[in-house]
Amino acid sequence: MSSRKSTTWIAGTCLVVSMLGSVFLLKNTDRIRPGDIVDDALYISSAKLVRKASLGFNGLMACIYWTRTVQYFGHRHYNRERTYNELAPLLEITTALDPHLLPAYQFGASFLAPAPPNGAGQPERAVRLMQYGIEHNPANWRLYYDLGFVYYTELHDYKKAEEVFAKGSQVPDAHPFLKVLAADMATHAQDFNTARLLWSAAYESTKEATIRQNAVDHLRAIQVDEDVTNLQIAVTRFVQTNGRIPTSLWEVVSAEHWRGIPVDPDGNPYELSLDGQVLVANPDNFPFITMGVPPGYQPGPPKSHAKG
Amino acid sequence: MNARIASIAYNTFREAVRDRVLYNLIAFALLLSAAAIFIGQISIEIERLVVINLGLTAVTLFGVVIAIFVGIGLVSKEIEKRTLYTVLSRPVRRWEFIVGKFFGLAGTLVVNTFFMAIGVFGALLYVAHRFSGADAAIFAALYFIILQFLIICAVALLFSSFSSPLLSAVFAFSLFVIGSFADDLRGFATLTHGLTRWIATGVAYLVPNFSSLNVVSAVAHQQPIAWQLILQNTFYALLYTVMALSGAVLIFDRRNLK
Repeated sequence: MSSRKSTTWIAGTCLVVSMLGSVFLLKNTDRIRPGDIVDDALYISSAKLVRKASLGFNGLMACIYWTRTVQYFGHRHYNRERTYNELAPLLEITTALDPHLLPAYQFGASFLAPAPPNGAGQPERAVRLMQYGIEHNPANWRLYYDLGFVYYTELHDYKKAEEVFAKGSQVPDAHPFLKVLAADMATHAQDFNTARLLWSAAYESTKEATIRQNAVDHLRAIQVDEDVTNLQIAVTRFVQTNGRIPTSLWEVVSAEHWRGIPVDPDGNPYELSLDGQVLVANPDNFPFITMGVPPGYQPGPPKSHAKG
Repeated sequence: MNARIASIAYNTFREAVRDRVLYNLIAFALLLSAAAIFIGQISIEIERLVVINLGLTAVTLFGVVIAIFVGIGLVSKEIEKRTLYTVLSRPVRRWEFIVGKFFGLAGTLVVNTFFMAIGVFGALLYVAHRFSGADAAIFAALYFIILQFLIICAVALLFSSFSSPLLSAVFAFSLFVIGSFADDLRGFATLTHGLTRWIATGVAYLVPNFSSLNVVSAVAHQQPIAWQLILQNTFYALLYTVMALSGAVLIFDRRNLK
């Protein structure tokens, strides 16, 4: 073998071996390093400083920060973490870098507002974020809709929700359902149908698959909550009539002259606990339900359902 | 443009191509393709914004780096290789040499920007599936980027006409960074008083204002660019370029090349 060939052979082997070795070592290092420390590191917390450091390319920097926000939230949400310490600062930096980055407001509010584990449980900061968004994008009716949504679903401040929906309905080219929502807030704020209308509007007003999926999950949860409420009323009526808790839902079905045991959106019949509570067969399939879960229930990893 | 300037410009362009300056297009293409394909998977609803922001930022930064690193060597390399003496021994005046070098480098950057622009529009078509009328504003952003290149080429030539390549690179890059903060500099100037205010205001107006030439974010959000801004920026960039080139010519004309 010539000297040149042997050099090529040795150098090539060294290159491949050292490359594989470094990948192997990095994989091992990742296992050793505490993930939370890496996740929580917000190197620069000042939006102004990041803006200056971007040398005028703040649009690109905002995209990078937004992607980082999505990754931060997605990672912690998937792991059912209950703290999202860096979420609000990340969103605030993102929107300060680019006040016209609409997805950061729309998704940001839905990341920030819901209670853990579905969100950061910071509806007040979500409201501030949306107000900042409206201030910089006053002609965008979607932002009013999203702000009203936070007031309605998380803060249960129906008066404020009504005001915001009404204000949003005055924006040129606003979707007509804002007027309907404003009217509903005034009269039927706590009805299942109002909630259903709100989430149906969320589904229909976007093409973004993630928002649509979230809306589908909420619509399924509303259906379950309504079913469980009605079934629970029937069970209470049975107890009042017969002076005892029914042994199964079949007794309630028979007393109410129904055709069969009502089923949840997945087609599974509802169940009855020994103490007369109506339960969902698989609560993990309905991440946003507020009724029908057994006492002490701990939700599993997040799931999504394509069918509404 | 006279024939001598055209000839120097053409040879400068050929030399840049021979120096594999256009190889940066490969890195640019890879960067944009990766962004177009992967951002959709790791982020939400910003594919189009990323392609425009990243594409135009990359066009600017690649171009600035080329303008500075090629620009600073235009004069010094000719002196070092002693080819400058051959050129100047012919009926070529020193100012024609500087202006020719400028047009050669500017031409290289325009060609480079043209191919990058094709890449940006290609990636945009990939993520958005179609163009909209508002996308025409991207041409305005690209035009402003070329105006920035003209200024930087002239500034790099100015520094290289009296300084070493390393120092010229440091000066030119510093000026690019300072010029990106030009609006802030003017803001700082208003906070001072007396003589300091005069000096600060003077400095703020002396450095090139790159912030008014950066409309990348606005274009990404499909905001229209006013014709007045296009006209003003065109005149500003041309005037600044002429100013820096004049400085370079003045210095190079008096430089002792022995």
